[in-house]
Amino acid sequence: MISSSLADADRGDDGAIRFTSVHKWYGSFHVLRNINLTVGRGERIVVCGPSGSGKSTLIRCVNRLEEHQRGSIVVDGVELTDDIKRIDEVRREVGMVFQNFNLFPHLTILENCTLAPIWVRKMPRHDAQELATKLLAQVRILDQAHKYPGQLSGGQQQRAAIARALCMTPKIMLFDEPTSSLDPEMVKEVLDTMTALAHEGMTMIVVTHEMGFARQVADRVVFMDRGEIVEVNSPLPFFDHPQHERTKLFLSQILR
Amino acid sequence: MSLDSLAYVREASEPEEAPPMLSSGALAWARANLFSSVGSTFVTASCVALVAYLLPQLAAWATTRAIWSASDGAACRQHQDGACWAFVIAKWDYLRFGSYPVVERWRVVVAEASGAALIIWLLWISAPRRVWAAFLFFVVYPILALVLLRGSSWLGLPIVDTQLWGGIFVSLLTAVVGIVFSLPFGVLLALGRRSPLPVLRVASVVFIEFVRGVPFITILFMANNLLPLFVPETWTPDRLLRPLAGIIMFSAAYMAEEVRGGLQSLGRGQYEAAMALGLNYARMTALVILPQALTLVIPGIVNNFIGLFMDTTLISVVGATDFLEAMNNAIKDPVWAGPTIMVTGYVFAGTFYFAFCFGMARYSAHVERILAMARK
Repeated sequence: MISSSLADADRGDDGAIRFTSVHKWYGSFHVLRNINLTVGRGERIVVCGPSGSGKSTLIRCVNRLEEHQRGSIVVDGVELTDDIKRIDEVRREVGMVFQNFNLFPHLTILENCTLAPIWVRKMPRHDAQELATKLLAQVRILDQAHKYPGQLSGGQQQRAAIARALCMTPKIMLFDEPTSSLDPEMVKEVLDTMTALAHEGMTMIVVTHEMGFARQVADRVVFMDRGEIVEVNSPLPFFDHPQHERTKLFLSQILR
Repeated sequence: MSLDSLAYVREASEPEEAPPMLSSGALAWARANLFSSVGSTFVTASCVALVAYLLPQLAAWATTRAIWSASDGAACRQHQDGACWAFVIAKWDYLRFGSYPVVERWRVVVAEASGAALIIWLLWISAPRRVWAAFLFFVVYPILALVLLRGSSWLGLPIVDTQLWGGIFVSLLTAVVGIVFSLPFGVLLALGRRSPLPVLRVASVVFIEFVRGVPFITILFMANNLLPLFVPETWTPDRLLRPLAGIIMFSAAYMAEEVRGGLQSLGRGQYEAAMALGLNYARMTALVILPQALTLVIPGIVNNFIGLFMDTTLISVVGATDFLEAMNNAIKDPVWAGPTIMVTGYVFAGTFYFAFCFGMARYSAHVERILAMARK
C-alpha cells in the first residue's frame, strides 16, 4: 500500500489506468480491499500473488467484466460506472487475453480477428482483413488464418487470441494468466509474443506466475495477497530485496 | 532392454506397421457385430429370415397385386389382397388442393413450385448467393404467395376463401409457416428467459410454462375461440390463421427450451471474450452466442420441426382441412367404399409424412456432419 502510493507520486494525472480506493465484494467476501494504483501510459505491470489473492479480479475490473462497489477506476480518462456507453468506450480501448483463450470456435482465426473491427469499429471488411493479416503475421501464425481454433495448438490459439485483441488497436492490454493452461513447451512462444508487444510500448497489465517474464519485461511488479496490494516495486529490488514478509514467503514458495 | 544394464539409448526407430488382418474391413465388422457369439448369430439369422419373409409380401401388396387403374371401387372390392392405388390416383387432385376451385389450382402449383425452389436454394449449403435466397424466401415470397393463394381483385385474381383451402397444400403451408415463425420466436423466448430484466424474464417463463403445460388441442381451441376476442372487433382473424397462430405458439415454447439448453452449454468465457472486444448485447448474441448455441441443439430443433409437422394433422379439429383430413374425407366416398381403401389411404398418408420427416432428419444429420468437419 504505502510503497504503491509512493511509486505513484511522480506519475501525475496522466495515467492510463487509475484505481482510487477500490473495494469489491463477492457476496460478503471482501475480494478487493482499498486498491490504489496508477498505471502510466506505456507502462508494463506484472501482477502476481497466491491464488485467490484477487489479482484476476483486479484486472477484470479494468474492462468491467467485474464491477467494483466502492472507489473509482478511471481508464484512459473515462471513469467506469453503470453507464453502458462508458463501459463500451473503455472496452473498445482495452484488449484482453484470457487464460483459456476464449477464441470463438465457430469462426476461423481470421474471422475471430476481424469480427470486432468490423462490427464495433465499423471498419470495412477488406481493411479489417488486411489489419488481421498483418497482426497474425506479427504473432507468426498467418499460415493458420483459415483454420478453426480447434485445429490449433494451445500456444497457437493464445497467440491468435493476442492478435484478435490487437486488431482493435487497443491502448491498453490486459493478460489474465495467459500461459497458465498451456503445455510447458508452448509457454515460451506466447511469452515471446508478449515481450515483443512490450517492446513496442504497449501499456500492459499482466497477471502471471512467470517470474522470468516479470524480471525481464515489467516496469513494476505488483504483489497482491488476500485482496490487497502488499508490495509494489521495480523487478530487480522486488525479486532481490522483497520488503514485506508475505512477499518473501510467496517468492520463496515459487522460486525454489 | 536387458535387466543387467540400467541405461538405454535407442539406435533406430521402430518401423510403422499395418494393422493385423481382420481388425478392419467389412468382414471384420460383420464378425464383430453380427456373428460374435452363438446368440448374436441366432438373432442375426432370425432377423434376416423375418425381413426375407415380410418384404416380398409387402412389395407384392404394393405393386404386383395392387389395382392401379379403375373408375370406381368395384375392382378393388374384388381384389382385396392388394393396395387400391386407383383410389389415391382418382382422389389425387382433392388430396392435393382440397376444395380450392379447379380453375384456380395453377396458383397453388406456382406457389408450391416457387417455394420449393427457394427452399432448395436456401438449404443447399454450397449454393451461390444464399443471402438472396433468404431474402426472397423470408421477405418477398410470403407476400407474393399470400396474394397468389388468397387472390387480389386488383390483379384480377379471384379471391379464394381459406375455408376452401385444403389437402397437402395446407399441410405444407402450415408446416412451413410454423417452422419459419416458431424458431425466431423460440429464440426470443429463450433469450427473454435468460434476460437480466425481471419483467422480460417473468413474461417469457409464464408463456413457456403455460404453453408447455397445456395439450396442443387445447391451444388450438383457444387460438380458435379466444384469439378473436383479443384483437379489435373490426379485424376477425382468418379461420386458417387461428390454428397457424396456435401451432406457432405451441412450437415456439418447446423451441425456446431447446435453445435455452444450447445457451446454457456455452461457457462464460465466450460471453466475456465478446464483451471484452466491445461487442454490445445484440451483436454478442447474434454473432457469437446464437451461432454456437443453435449449432449445438440442431438435433433438438429438428426434432421439434418433425413434431410440428406431425402436429399439423391436428388442425382439422378446428375445421381446417389438412392432408390427413382430406384423406379421411376421401375414404368416406361411397363410390370407393371397400375393405382395402382405408389401409391404402393411410399407408399412402403415412409414407407422405415419413418421407418429409425422414428428409428433415437426414438433412440435419448432413448439416451436423458439415459443421463438425469444418471445426475439427
